[in-house]
Amino acid sequence: MSGLLTIALIILVFVIIYQIAKASEYATILRGEEKINARVNRTMAWLLVVFFFLGLYGIWLCHDALIDKMLPVSASNHGVEYDSMLLVTLIVTGIVFFLTQTILFWFAFRYQSTEKRSSFFYAHNNKLELIWTTIPAIAMACLVAVGLRNWGRMTGAAPSNAAVVEIVGKQFNWIIRYPGKDGVLGKKDFRKINDANNVLGLDWTDKDNLDDVVAQNGELHLVVNKPVSLVIGSRDVIHDVGLAHFRMKMDAVPGITTTMWFTPTITTAKMKEITGNKDFVYEISCDQMCGKGHYSMRGTIIVETQAEYDAWMAKQQTYYASANPPAATPAPAAEGAAQPEQKTDSVKAITMK
Amino acid sequence: MSDVIIQGPNVAHTHDAHADHHGHEHHEQHFITKYIFSQDHKIIAKQFLITGIIWAIIGALMSVFFRLQLGFPDQTFPIMETFLGEWAKGGKLNPEFYYALVTMHGTILVFFVLTAGLSGTFANLLIPLQIGARDMASPFMNMLSYWFFFIASVFMFVSLFVQTGPASGGWTTYPPLSALKEASLGSGIGMDLWLISMALFVVSSLLGGLNYISTILNMRTKGMTMTRMPLTIWALFFTAVLGVLSFPVLLSGFVLLIFDRNFGTSFYLSEIFIGGKALPHVGGSAILYQHLFWFLGHPEVYIIMLPGMGMASEVLSNHSRKPIFGYTAMIISLIGITVLAFLVWAHHMFVTGMSPFLGSVFVLLTLLIAVPSAVKVFNWLTTIWRGNIRFTVPMMFALGFVSLFISGGLTGIFLGNSALDIHLHDTYFVIAHFHIVMGVSAFFGMFAGIYHWFPKMFGRFMNNTLGYIHFFLTFAGAYLIFWPMHYEGIAGMPRRYYDYSAWESFKQFNDLNAFISIAAILVFFAQLLFVVNFFVSIFRGRKMTTKNPWGSPTLEWTTPINAGHGNWEGDIPEVHRWPYDYKDDGNGNDFIPQTVPLKPGEEAH
Repeated sequence: MSGLLTIALIILVFVIIYQIAKASEYATILRGEEKINARVNRTMAWLLVVFFFLGLYGIWLCHDALIDKMLPVSASNHGVEYDSMLLVTLIVTGIVFFLTQTILFWFAFRYQSTEKRSSFFYAHNNKLELIWTTIPAIAMACLVAVGLRNWGRMTGAAPSNAAVVEIVGKQFNWIIRYPGKDGVLGKKDFRKINDANNVLGLDWTDKDNLDDVVAQNGELHLVVNKPVSLVIGSRDVIHDVGLAHFRMKMDAVPGITTTMWFTPTITTAKMKEITGNKDFVYEISCDQMCGKGHYSMRGTIIVETQAEYDAWMAKQQTYYASANPPAATPAPAAEGAAQPEQKTDSVKAITMK
Repeated sequence: MSDVIIQGPNVAHTHDAHADHHGHEHHEQHFITKYIFSQDHKIIAKQFLITGIIWAIIGALMSVFFRLQLGFPDQTFPIMETFLGEWAKGGKLNPEFYYALVTMHGTILVFFVLTAGLSGTFANLLIPLQIGARDMASPFMNMLSYWFFFIASVFMFVSLFVQTGPASGGWTTYPPLSALKEASLGSGIGMDLWLISMALFVVSSLLGGLNYISTILNMRTKGMTMTRMPLTIWALFFTAVLGVLSFPVLLSGFVLLIFDRNFGTSFYLSEIFIGGKALPHVGGSAILYQHLFWFLGHPEVYIIMLPGMGMASEVLSNHSRKPIFGYTAMIISLIGITVLAFLVWAHHMFVTGMSPFLGSVFVLLTLLIAVPSAVKVFNWLTTIWRGNIRFTVPMMFALGFVSLFISGGLTGIFLGNSALDIHLHDTYFVIAHFHIVMGVSAFFGMFAGIYHWFPKMFGRFMNNTLGYIHFFLTFAGAYLIFWPMHYEGIAGMPRRYYDYSAWESFKQFNDLNAFISIAAILVFFAQLLFVVNFFVSIFRGRKMTTKNPWGSPTLEWTTPINAGHGNWEGDIPEVHRWPYDYKDDGNGNDFIPQTVPLKPGEEAH
């Protein structure tokens, strides 16, 4: 019912606006076009000026209302560079924005048609053209220079002491793998993936895998002030590891491995103080459309001190151990893991007959 | 009354069959050949425009639905169930269909409205009229171009009603999401229909584009040298060049995707485990599709922008009663934009894992585009400087176009710089950027064109008061919707999310999302004012009493009001001067038509 009323109301408003518009059109014809056009012209020139100043006020209002809701200080080394570069770009483009918009609205108002005015035939001026080709070119060159320097640092090789952590996207959550004591991520193969006990398809014949720790709750633990190199992959479609608080982002693409490194500089606990939000948490958002659950593909990052990290890591069971509960020692268990595969093969062989 | 001389290749013989002293009525064509399978470029332009308007209403209505979800995620809207049925059971939008709506909104607006509806309309209408030709080089191909677009439209429309829903992988339809039926409901039959529709659309676009190019190059009237063409024609020319060179690459990308989807190939697929099993595909590259897509995708944004730029140039000059400033510089900047458009596609892919060095090259080339764009803006500003500005409705929209082009263009400088894009990529900053520049700004160019050339199309004027209301509501609304989105983007809020309430980092924007949704819905209704104005004015608008109501020097205004097929009665006009001679003609007029010979001693521009 309320829906019908709304529609009726909308139609009514339409009819009224239309009738007014039509009436004003008749009035124009009755009163003589020349005269009314001069008046309309003046009104429009003024309305544009009003629009301009309301717009400026609106920009201020918007800034005032939203500035408190923005991201806190960057929690990574690269993010600090990003923030300063964003500021520089904002200033450069801001100056151009206010200058050109002011000129646009000012000229429009200043050179509105009047009976006395006639336009000035001014077709070209090569000097002016040269000036406003060169200045933007120089400005762009500067922005490119800053950008490429930062880009080089962000995408350059990770420091040699960087921790390596793997993060793999799937519809619709993140799986995280730590390399364990040996510091090496073992081999994996997508054909070995099994949602029950091998979510990443780890190859149990590779000894490097045996001490790897896998977290399926999407919680990534990092040590503050220690560089980390994320090895990024995907099981199914393209995802994206979006780290807003660290100002970083990288796609997770099936079939290829991408990487991204940074140094977290502020612990979660410290960030709770900075933001004054006791629920604060670093979030990993999927930033590449990946299907119906895209909006809920959330991971979290806990940045903590080395001591806290070590204490946490000590409590973690290796994935191998949790995925193969009866296993006693690694070596025979590796064979045990291969057995079910053989079994399925034989089952297949039987049904084939 | 003189007889209409029609020299179009396909109608010439019917003319010859009749003696010259017969009246018009003998040339009356059947309704079907005149209005439906018409080969008259003016009718085809109207067909593109009206189809475009219908699609624009559908596409905009979709945005109303998903904005309701985004603005008010915890409420239900029974009216949505009326429209969407099962997809919005109980008035709550289903996430699958939310993504379908987002995808369709993008596809429809980018391709069907701002490509076909915009350049389809104005290239058809203006090219023959402004260069002094009786019709396109091939009117038949031109007709085919519309009808391929129509069939593409039918396929796309049908896909909205299939049981698994239309394509829902975003308008860019990246595989593997779009390639695998297991990955999403929309990747089923809906995606096949999407691909068929888009393939037909490419055909339509190529038929049109080749025609525009050959018409401009070969069919200019006597005296109409390339440097005497209005900037609209230059802009439409480069638009067609961009389309002809890049759409085939898109088609190749689609063909490979069709193969991957249906014939078991692995062009884009590799090492995938989905739906509980590992797929046999190995060795493909999901990124290959993105290269093929953006090789069109980026030129596409200039296919959308250039016609608006051309029309804004024309309208700003005309209603300021001043020549466009820096005509040659405007052409050179168009060439610059066209060339660079092909060299920047990978700036959409900075964070795909592409080589950082390659990324650097694309940063440099991308930011270079700012230079010709800046030249254009400064030239527009100088065009209105010391003019004699008449604030007609088209002029208001042209001024709005410049304002929005500046706002949206400047944010491109952020996104083109990879070291900033690494944070801003796929956030609301991107949404704000491209909606302002290639969405609203391109629409403003289109509106300027429609209000300006409506008398040429229908022999009547649109209602001015409604036009002004439409302008201010849309102009203010566009900034209200998209300005705050920049803040959300800088705060890292990802695009294409169905609901943000569960996110500690983004939920503080819930109120703002509600505000944006309300603004978007109001702007949607403001557009309906335009639609009403457009259709009512076709039949009841104020009639044109003179041939040249805007006092324009260009050729289209030398044709009779409601010109028939063939455009000019008698001979086609001869051109003697450039199209921007806004100076005293000695008889109290402030412009000299292109058809007037130079006076003795007068210097050509």
